[in-house]
Amino acid sequence: MAETAYWEAIRRAHDEEMANDKLVIAMGEDIGVAGGTYKATSGLFEKYGAERIIDTPISENSYTGIGIGASMTGMRPIIEIMSINFALLALDTLINAAAKIRYMSGGQIACPIVMRTPGGTAHQLAAQHSARLARMFMSTSGLRVVTPRGPLDAYGMLKSAVRSNDPVIIIEHEQMYNLKEDIPDEEFFRPLEGAEVVREGSDITLIGYNYSVHLCLQAAQRLEADGISAEVLDLRALKPLDRESIRKSVEKTHRVLVAEEDEAPVGVGAEIMAVITEDCFYALDAQPVRIHAADVPVPYNAKLEKAAIPSADDVYHGALKVMGKI
Amino acid sequence: MNDADKKCLLREMIFYRRFEDRTFEAYMERKIGGFLHLYTGQEAVATGVLEVARTGQGTDNDYVITGYRDHVHAIKTGAPAREVMAELYGKETGSSKGRGGSMHIFDASQNFMGGYALVGQPFPLAAGLAMGCKHKGTDQIAICFLGDGANNQGTFHETMNMAKIWNLPVLFVCENNQYAIGTHIDRSTAVVDQYKRMCAYDIEASQHDGMDIDVVMEASKKAIDFVRSGKGPYFIEFMTYRYRGHSMSDAKGYRTKEEEAEWHKRDPIKIYTDRLIKAGIIKAADIKAMEKEIDDEIENDIIKFAEESPEPKVEELTKYVLDDNPDPRWVGPLHK
Repeated sequence: MAETAYWEAIRRAHDEEMANDKLVIAMGEDIGVAGGTYKATSGLFEKYGAERIIDTPISENSYTGIGIGASMTGMRPIIEIMSINFALLALDTLINAAAKIRYMSGGQIACPIVMRTPGGTAHQLAAQHSARLARMFMSTSGLRVVTPRGPLDAYGMLKSAVRSNDPVIIIEHEQMYNLKEDIPDEEFFRPLEGAEVVREGSDITLIGYNYSVHLCLQAAQRLEADGISAEVLDLRALKPLDRESIRKSVEKTHRVLVAEEDEAPVGVGAEIMAVITEDCFYALDAQPVRIHAADVPVPYNAKLEKAAIPSADDVYHGALKVMGKI
Repeated sequence: MNDADKKCLLREMIFYRRFEDRTFEAYMERKIGGFLHLYTGQEAVATGVLEVARTGQGTDNDYVITGYRDHVHAIKTGAPAREVMAELYGKETGSSKGRGGSMHIFDASQNFMGGYALVGQPFPLAAGLAMGCKHKGTDQIAICFLGDGANNQGTFHETMNMAKIWNLPVLFVCENNQYAIGTHIDRSTAVVDQYKRMCAYDIEASQHDGMDIDVVMEASKKAIDFVRSGKGPYFIEFMTYRYRGHSMSDAKGYRTKEEEAEWHKRDPIKIYTDRLIKAGIIKAADIKAMEKEIDDEIENDIIKFAEESPEPKVEELTKYVLDDNPDPRWVGPLHK
């Protein structure tokens, strides 16, 4: 076991997968000579060369498309998009091509690309660098969407994503790259499907994904001090969604809160609420609550930004509301 | 090319025209749904380029990709015509098992990597196919056919830039029929000669008559040799004309009868037929027999196959969305 930062875990996965298979390449802005905005490919340009660690021009839609085209010949490109906001430029090739080619071709052609991109607010990056957008990818047929909450999944899910035959979107988070966790020294894989109970509890289920899992964990600690036992469920994968784990946890605790950093309308939380209504309506003892971002473009001003984005405190108070304590 | 090959080539072009004409009829009979974009008039381009490209060798073929006007490109690359027709009929035996339709013909067994409705999308996909060839060290190339209208997409510029800086083995074939749907190139495009736009990317480029298949083949051979020898991308422009509307609902109100008549005088099949007759390779009477044989093949084999084939099963609606047999080590789920 070694304490590993999130960015180091991603770097290690790149390194191992590229050593394992020559068809694995990485492409993105500044990932090579500059080492990557979040250091996720640092040192790999020197090791694998310009043909496999490819610095791209600032042309998101087309370099994503080039990665997709390469994947149609059997290559396994890991495409980095510096910020999920810029992924909007690549939606044509991602959604109209990568997500649909297998289906449109009657199963003849796979597009085994991986797209890694950080979504979420950091510190005053303002509206055009703070989008989350998980809900948009989650609603697209033909994609897999995963949201590693820490180094263990960041490493293990990237390795699985490279080997999977489907296009996989990995949504990271600007605030998580320096998060540390002990991960095994031996090679391992973490599957691209299945939610995970990251904290056992009996009174309420707090459902999160990506960074909001950490808000749920912090809130759960405070709730414990109040004598409330909170279970925390990390969705891990938004597509396909593990409905079974949601049902199991809600049937156990009978109370539920969903925490997301995205805005609420037509969001991840809305989908989870629908799953709860359809699958475990009669298990509920109280009205569920959604904790989510304000429906505004993310403001620059620090106070406004804080007010726009959910915090552990918001999750805590939301849970108290579900529990009927406020 | 010997006389028999030349006859074959003529027969192919006539076949493509009759094939497209027959799809028109089937569309009017409502046997074919959706949109239908026909290639009539432009036959010399795809036939000529692909005649000198590497086809007929399965997955060792050059990669071919194009837009939604894709039936002829698919067949010339190696997709069986009956499967293309069955696809138009939405049948399980179709090229894409009835999931794609007219605009999305695929045949991976021949490296025909699809028709796409987003006009600029094949540019980057083609460059990616070329990247795959280069990375694996094969001597295959990628060939991307698109119309002049596609050249005003951002992907055109982005891809040309990357194809050049990465020296990718890709041939861009611009089929300049002068209309972006219903808007003439003079009204949509600042630089009308498309090959001139390649100056901006320092990519080799040339412009040729797209109605004369001999010209198309000669120019394409040079371009393909250039690309295959590792010299990087090449952009080749062919001046051509689509006889029918953009798709089926198009009344062609944006162009004159005189303009159409001018282009019909330079019909690619007529030019080549006249040339072969003059050279004594074929007789006018042979053409009639050839047309009859083609019509019989289309009716008795191709249409019959499409008509009689089964439709996809509704129970298989969600097949092919993701890998249907994924390795559980990578996919999971976590708890099971």
